[in-house]
Amino acid sequence: MTPFSYSRASDAADALRRATAGAKYLGGGTNLVDLMRETIERPAALVDVTGLSATIEERQGGGLLIGAATRNTAVAEHRAVRERYPVLARAILAGASAQIRNMATMGGNILQRTRCTYFYDDEGSQCNKRVPGEGCDAIEGFNRIHAILGASPACVATHPSDMCVALAALDATVHLRSAGGERVLPFTDLHRLPEGRPDIETVLEPGELIVAIELPPPLATRSTYRKVRDRASYAFALVSVAATLAVEEGRVKDVRLALGGVAHKPWRAFKAEDALRGQPATEQAFRAAAEAELAHAVPLHDNAFKIELTKRTIAAVLGELAGEAA
Amino acid sequence: MSIMINGAAMSLPEDPRVSLLDLLREHHHLTGTKKGCNQGACGACTVLVDGERIVSCLALAMQYEGRAVTTIEGLADGNELHPLQQAFIEHDGFQCGYCTPGQICSAVGMAAELKRGAPSNVTGDLSADTIAFSRDELAERMSGNLCRCGAHNGIIDAIGATFAARPEVAA
Ligand SMILES: Cc1cc2nc3c(=O)[nH]c(=O)nc-3n(C[C@H](O)[C@H](O)[C@H](O)COP(=O)(O)OP(=O)(O)OC[C@H]3O[C@@H](n4cnc5c(N)ncnc54)[C@H](O)[C@@H]3O)c2cc1C
Ligand code: FES
Ligand code: FES
Repeated sequence: MTPFSYSRASDAADALRRATAGAKYLGGGTNLVDLMRETIERPAALVDVTGLSATIEERQGGGLLIGAATRNTAVAEHRAVRERYPVLARAILAGASAQIRNMATMGGNILQRTRCTYFYDDEGSQCNKRVPGEGCDAIEGFNRIHAILGASPACVATHPSDMCVALAALDATVHLRSAGGERVLPFTDLHRLPEGRPDIETVLEPGELIVAIELPPPLATRSTYRKVRDRASYAFALVSVAATLAVEEGRVKDVRLALGGVAHKPWRAFKAEDALRGQPATEQAFRAAAEAELAHAVPLHDNAFKIELTKRTIAAVLGELAGEAA
Repeated sequence: MSIMINGAAMSLPEDPRVSLLDLLREHHHLTGTKKGCNQGACGACTVLVDGERIVSCLALAMQYEGRAVTTIEGLADGNELHPLQQAFIEHDGFQCGYCTPGQICSAVGMAAELKRGAPSNVTGDLSADTIAFSRDELAERMSGNLCRCGAHNGIIDAIGATFAARPEVAA
């Protein structure tokens, strides 16, 4: 690890003051410490933000405001999350291990970086995320875990978070703070697609701090998360689906759908949602919606299987939710 | 600047690069906690911080100033083994033993999670207050601890038998 200084922020304003050029915020450290040890991240200073708000507050109308320092375990375990946002509890519990979820914070989970093996291979591979412009070895390499949607000639990496897929489906917003003031962004606008600059992963300004995540009142009581992976536990997603579905008189009244493991960002499936609204809640309609979403999917050498896998997982998850509704 | 380790106040390093794992092993010679992958992936380095299980290899020691750490060395009561240590012997919960300290600390942390009704990825009803106890639940909750020797069946047997006979280990 490259040497760095460490300090602890007492609150958000203190964190912003400490975040000088070259500094990074430190949550549980489960991603950042790993990347620093590999010298992929080389911050000059770490500003520990685990002392910032870690509360889960009720909002008017039935939403929740979750402090950025709240541990993943605490969110998944929270009564209101389990009852009103099962998709979020399930997505968190599907990720990593109990030990890592005990350490991981909301802010850190959202900003965790890709698990692309070429990104991690600092010594032997080219990666436009590490060194902009040097090239991407994944495009012609082993790319079974890589993207099928929204990739670019510069980068085919995927965002690895399970939790973020649920946040995308829930219409969450992120509360941000910087020297310039505060702003609130739709969660789905936070992460970027790679285009020509895969090293720039979010729209955050340098030093901008995530202070909280807000969940609007749930669209429907029924929501769930399904993760398809190489082993039944403790593996990243090949494909995952977060969904919430409201059915009325046999028709889709409303639906929110997001996909994991398929793109550079948690992928909100707007096309599938549009195709479904007002349609009968049937297997055929679910499959058609999945086809619509994946119509422009582009396979790489090793990951064409993901296209059909994603379609089937979407249809299965919607079928499960519709079955519960009946 | 200090940290409590198995009930004793111990010094923290000056270099913020030192992980909690290296602090335990290299600075305080508590070598019960093992280094497997040093990447958060194997669980060999699992310890308890204020009763919660974490992987000490991805923890910067300085971040844990003032906190209470329990390692495998802190579980036995004098010469009397912790019930889980005894059960691992009785149920063949290990072969080479390298993963065992992490497995046992992890199981102690899991006991507290079960006791407070924390759900897991295989819990059917998320709104239930108590967790229906099953082999699947234990296996899922222990999936952060790998065993290269493949002693997982013995490990789950040991934990299951201990929790059934001595629910108070969950205290
Ligand atoms: C072995 C292993 C398996 C895993 N498996 C999975 C899995 O299956 N699914 C999954 O989803 N995840 C998985 N993970 C990833 C894990 O979820 C993340 O490492 C974790 O969520 C990161 O949270 P953290 O608080 O530790 O972040 P840190 O490592 O502390 O930080 C991550 C990034 O976030 C930034 N940051 C932190 N807080 C803030 C803030 N408030 N404002 C602005 N920036 C901030 C940091 O500067 C850093 O860039 C796995 C990790 C490991 C090690
Ligand atoms: S050594 Fe910490 S998880 Fe492997
Ligand atoms: S007993 Fe050898 S690694 Fe588990």
